Amino acid sequence: MTAGSRLGRWMFFGVIALITLWFVAALALPWLQRERSKPGRAFSEKVIGDALHPVIIRTPEGMALVDSGKKDAKGQAVMVACATCHDTRDPNYKIDQGEALQEFHKGLNYQHGSLTCLSCHNANDYNSLKKADGQSLEFSQSMQLCSQCHGPQFRDYQNGSHGGMTGHWDLRQGSRERNTCTDCHDPHHPKYPLVLPVFPPKPVIGEAILPVDQSHPH
Amino acid sequence: MENQTTGEGCGKGCGCHQEPDDQGRSTRRNLLKGAAVTLGAAAFAKALAPLATWSRDNLSVDDFLQQHYRELNKEQLAAVLKHLEEDAKKNYGADVVISDHRPQKGVKFGYALNLSICIGCRRCAEACHHENNHDRATGNSYIRVLEMQKGSMDLEHGNAHYEHPVPHPDKFYMPVQCQQCDNPPCVHVCPVEATWKEDDGIVVVDYNWCIGCRYCEAACPYHARRFNWTKPVVPKEEINPNQSYLSNRIRPQGVMEKCTFCLHRTREGKMPACLEACPTGARVFGNLLDPDSEIRKVIDNKRVFVLKEELGTKPSFFYFFDE
Repeated sequence: MTAGSRLGRWMFFGVIALITLWFVAALALPWLQRERSKPGRAFSEKVIGDALHPVIIRTPEGMALVDSGKKDAKGQAVMVACATCHDTRDPNYKIDQGEALQEFHKGLNYQHGSLTCLSCHNANDYNSLKKADGQSLEFSQSMQLCSQCHGPQFRDYQNGSHGGMTGHWDLRQGSRERNTCTDCHDPHHPKYPLVLPVFPPKPVIGEAILPVDQSHPH
Repeated sequence: MENQTTGEGCGKGCGCHQEPDDQGRSTRRNLLKGAAVTLGAAAFAKALAPLATWSRDNLSVDDFLQQHYRELNKEQLAAVLKHLEEDAKKNYGADVVISDHRPQKGVKFGYALNLSICIGCRRCAEACHHENNHDRATGNSYIRVLEMQKGSMDLEHGNAHYEHPVPHPDKFYMPVQCQQCDNPPCVHVCPVEATWKEDDGIVVVDYNWCIGCRYCEAACPYHARRFNWTKPVVPKEEINPNQSYLSNRIRPQGVMEKCTFCLHRTREGKMPACLEACPTGARVFGNLLDPDSEIRKVIDNKRVFVLKEELGTKPSFFYFFDE
């Protein structure tokens, strides 16, 4: 009877000790392995070279064309190069609105500060532009023309915080294409136009959409 | 009650004392017991009912026993990715490639948004919708564009439901998405560690580990997390096949999801989809650890601010106005 109870006691404490050991192991093992299971320990194994891909700035159209208002046999608008007319005509420095003209450019929406046509267009060569100092400038270089007045925007553009882009943030992995000024701004009325918003959020079922002034009675 | 019935209530000669077996069957107690057992069995059967409709199509044993993403070894992960690709084929009929994009060393992502330039056209939200294989039925997107009164920073009065031509002269527009906080409340509250912050700063969700309790949705001060109430509906031909386990793979029903700065693109060096879609160039993205990056030039030269700075969430998303 005594031997039996002693054996029973040993077995009882043995089981208790086993369970305790189990608990300790279950707590200690994950703790010891905590470094391994930490988030983000594994990095990409891709090897990236140091060579940089180019940043391509989109170039504006080489030469401006004007709609003559006439259609060809296929119904396409007939476009005319500037020099077609302007080579044989003297410039009129006084005109700064399309409406003042009797032909061509009449419907031109022009809203660009106090500039006139010949502030930017070159009266000596209508196939090029004119900088403020009188030097002629190719149409493809028009960013130089804009940046004469819009310095802060040009600075931000060079810093990468003005103007849309597509491609890669990491030039080591791929190239990038950047918009030029005239991709977003019409040079004759450079303010970005009003647009209708796309993709309206769909109301969640049960959500009441009230006008802003009513949705918050406080 | 019973004593009364058997002892005193029934008169002499009623016969009940002579038939104890019969009496045991007809007492109120036994009736109640029987009713309780029947109800209990019915409830148990109802609780087990989902098992009757369980099939390998819904949840395979492999899915059920899958380890946490961070504990998967390469072979296990490859098997999981293959299995997920097969699921996409079976459920959506689309051939997709699900990869495991890992952070690059020496990269921490930052995003900045120029509020002077944003016109509120919501093209970023639309691009997000398509890029991240969002549910078409709910028109989900990780980006919410708020129309705000000029001179006010009160997000409570921001209005996401506007339909007039933009920009309105009295308003400015503030797109809000996940701010990829350095001190993310959503991560702290997750009871199962299904969401965490990676080394490049992106807060991610293991959609297979998430239990859908939505604590993180409640904890996020930017309202940036979304819940999949239903199985996402995406037409086969509109599914973006370039997918990642932690990013834009089609989410199962009943799990949380969130903006990952398009990690399936950005961890390959590309720009996020919302930036490429922006028609005005209001968004700047890059590596905060690279002193020559565009995002660092913005932070160095512009007066940037973060949303709800007082909460101490330390966002990686910055807003600024042109001077």
